[in-house]
Amino acid sequence: MSEQEKKNSVLDKRSSRRTFIKNSGLTVGGVVLGGALGSLLVKDDKSTTTTDTHNHAATPTANPNVALMFFTPNQYQVTQAAVERIFPEDANGPGAKELNAAIYIDHQLASPWGSNVKDYRLGAFYKAEENQGPQTKMLRKDLFLAGLGSLDTYSNEQFAANFKELEATQQDEVLQAFSEGKVALYGNVSSSQFFGLLRTLTIEGVYADPMYGGNNKMLGWSMRKYPGSRIQYVTEIQDEKFIELEPQSLNSHMGH
Amino acid sequence: MVTKLPKVPVVVVGMGWAGGIVSAELTKAGINVVGLERGKDRTTADYTMGHDELRYQHRTELMQDLSKETITYRNTVSGKALPMRHYGTFIVGDGVGGAGSHWNGQTYRFLPYDFEIRTKTIERYGIEKIPAWMEGLNDWGLTYDEMEPYYDTFEKMAGISGETVELWGKRTNPYPTPPLVKTPLMKEFEKAATSLGYKPFVIPAANLSESYTNPDGISRAACQYCAYCENFGCEYGAKGDPAVTVIPVAKQTGKLELRTHSNVVELTKNGGKATGVIYVDMLTGEKFEQPADVVVVASYVFNNARLLLNSGIGTPYDPKTGKGTIGKNYCYQITAGGSQLFFEDREFNLYGGAGALGIEIAEYMGDNFDHSEVDFIHGAGVRSTQYGDRPIAVNRVPAGTPSWGVEFKEKSIKYANSNFPVKTQGASLPHKENYLDLDPEFKDEFGYPLLRMTYEYTDNDRAMGKYMSTITRKIAEEIGADIIDTNEEQAPFNVNKDSNTHNTGGVIMGADPAASAVNTYLQMWEAENVFVVGASAFPHNSCFNPTGTLGALSYRASEGIQKYLKEGGILVKA
Repeated sequence: MSEQEKKNSVLDKRSSRRTFIKNSGLTVGGVVLGGALGSLLVKDDKSTTTTDTHNHAATPTANPNVALMFFTPNQYQVTQAAVERIFPEDANGPGAKELNAAIYIDHQLASPWGSNVKDYRLGAFYKAEENQGPQTKMLRKDLFLAGLGSLDTYSNEQFAANFKELEATQQDEVLQAFSEGKVALYGNVSSSQFFGLLRTLTIEGVYADPMYGGNNKMLGWSMRKYPGSRIQYVTEIQDEKFIELEPQSLNSHMGH
Repeated sequence: MVTKLPKVPVVVVGMGWAGGIVSAELTKAGINVVGLERGKDRTTADYTMGHDELRYQHRTELMQDLSKETITYRNTVSGKALPMRHYGTFIVGDGVGGAGSHWNGQTYRFLPYDFEIRTKTIERYGIEKIPAWMEGLNDWGLTYDEMEPYYDTFEKMAGISGETVELWGKRTNPYPTPPLVKTPLMKEFEKAATSLGYKPFVIPAANLSESYTNPDGISRAACQYCAYCENFGCEYGAKGDPAVTVIPVAKQTGKLELRTHSNVVELTKNGGKATGVIYVDMLTGEKFEQPADVVVVASYVFNNARLLLNSGIGTPYDPKTGKGTIGKNYCYQITAGGSQLFFEDREFNLYGGAGALGIEIAEYMGDNFDHSEVDFIHGAGVRSTQYGDRPIAVNRVPAGTPSWGVEFKEKSIKYANSNFPVKTQGASLPHKENYLDLDPEFKDEFGYPLLRMTYEYTDNDRAMGKYMSTITRKIAEEIGADIIDTNEEQAPFNVNKDSNTHNTGGVIMGADPAASAVNTYLQMWEAENVFVVGASAFPHNSCFNPTGTLGALSYRASEGIQKYLKEGGILVKA
């Protein structure tokens, strides 16, 4: 559909609920916001105008898993912008944004893992040597939110705009500074810890089984010719030639 | 409140390889055993959704819950140890099968040199070859020839697939099953190594090369090369795992009472003997006392030492005086000196693999080469492996590539199926100040002190890594690749950087009660009815994965326990 056709179509259907919502910017990265509708109706500032028509895969009817259980809409959008710089769209295929890595991260931070339930949390938290691993009392979910907040604060200091509004090269500069631990994050916690979490979660969101919310349509796997969770490779492993197989997710093991 | 239970002949702490083998051997001999396992029971049906990289590898599904217990770590005796708050360099198994469920399956025997390392090193190079800091280096108290029958038994039980290697100790029998397949990348290594004059062999594997029925009558299917071994359980039962071999055998006798979710926190004692154990039900918090004639401590390396220290059984090792034994000679595994090959126009089916699939040379292992002109002893296996590259864990890119962004994505995808390693697995020898004791500050959820690890790589490790890097480089160049990155330096130990789980020592065996905690039956010198079974008994770690030797020692210990139940007393004259 051309831009003009799109415009006409919107004008024709001005009365439909979905078009109304879209034009009002009441979506999050293409996801229509249900519960937040009331509060957002009164808002019409830039921060909610993020409808990304590129992200069609993430419509509620197509994939009910694409919904938020942890982030606010704005936090989700900042995360989308950040993951896309960690793993950008290129000639190989989609970036982390289209792969729904931000949805994956939302779900992970809402899970027990986001609250560090299997980590040792007892005793005092001392400053650690490099080789002793992080000694941070802050939970992953709180560290991530603090990081998202800092991304905006730092972006405004450097470029007078929020992170998600920056050019890609500017976003890379911001993330580089975070990765080097140069940015004040929260208390004694380094920005490099947030960056490490962001990087890890992005790669997981690109390549974990799609049941976790990312790796949309298994395109993360397809890009690197990874066949997912097939059950045997007796023939392939002995073959001199590379054999490309259609990926299969864990869903294919249901009913076994 | 502690509920006191009726006394049993034998209580076994931990149901991995060590506890599983001991339980099977004793119950087959008609002895009643209570097995206590802190985790849950498992069968192959648990792994229907087993090919889930996130859940099993990155969320450590099969590992101990660190919120309840961890270790603390420091790199020097003067430093302050801090808790390992989440997994990194090693992973500690939990549940029936223990680490024997999530291992890769590489199953070696140690070398004749290993068992007599002190004697043989001095014979060939003189006492001055052993530096003062390595004074804990010792013979094991028995020879390879004495170990051979136990290795043979373990290999037949697990159905190990492999081929005879000339430069290793003599075998009375061939491997029970033929080696795994040779993949194209293994053939590349084979061609290059052969043309350089080495004799490559396929790594011995507990991933079965063909269907196999063991002497206990347990039948298992062949490996499917699905690539989900390390961190994962095998849904086929093709990987040797206590949960599909020795534990079902013990259960069949009707003489094993296996209690899961039962975490032993302390041994009880009276005079010079243990009287039983105290354990906590991990689901309800109820505490029980289980009296027993014999206590078999067969949990993981760390907890074996910790249980003894927390129970006041045995004399703690003191790094200042070198006296005492519990916690002594903690060793690890040296993997420095690898080369990584990248190809522009060649793709391998790297999505497939097995945990023990690989090819290796023995020429630089142990004392198979002359060490007169080098400043280290022992050595390493040089090898290429194909475990199967899972996409979250494995994103190999040429050195200098950023770890994120445009270039990272491009290169990590470009080389995803176009790389493989020529790497090393080297011996780790004792350092006077590498040891285990109790942490003075940090506690587990029940209030017991955590185990404190003091560890750093040694001069021997660094010199060996550098030397081995020249060998991996030579083989890599002979194979030929567009990019070869060689790691020449052993980086400092880091408790949160992934490496391996080959931890050994702490309750070491030997012939001398002053220098070792257990005798060659793994019976404690200082408490004759306590047998401490596992890689905790290794006086040093060789250039091999530890499970084969752990398994063999478990059979030897089983023999000792039966002897002790009949005769009593210390089984070996000091």
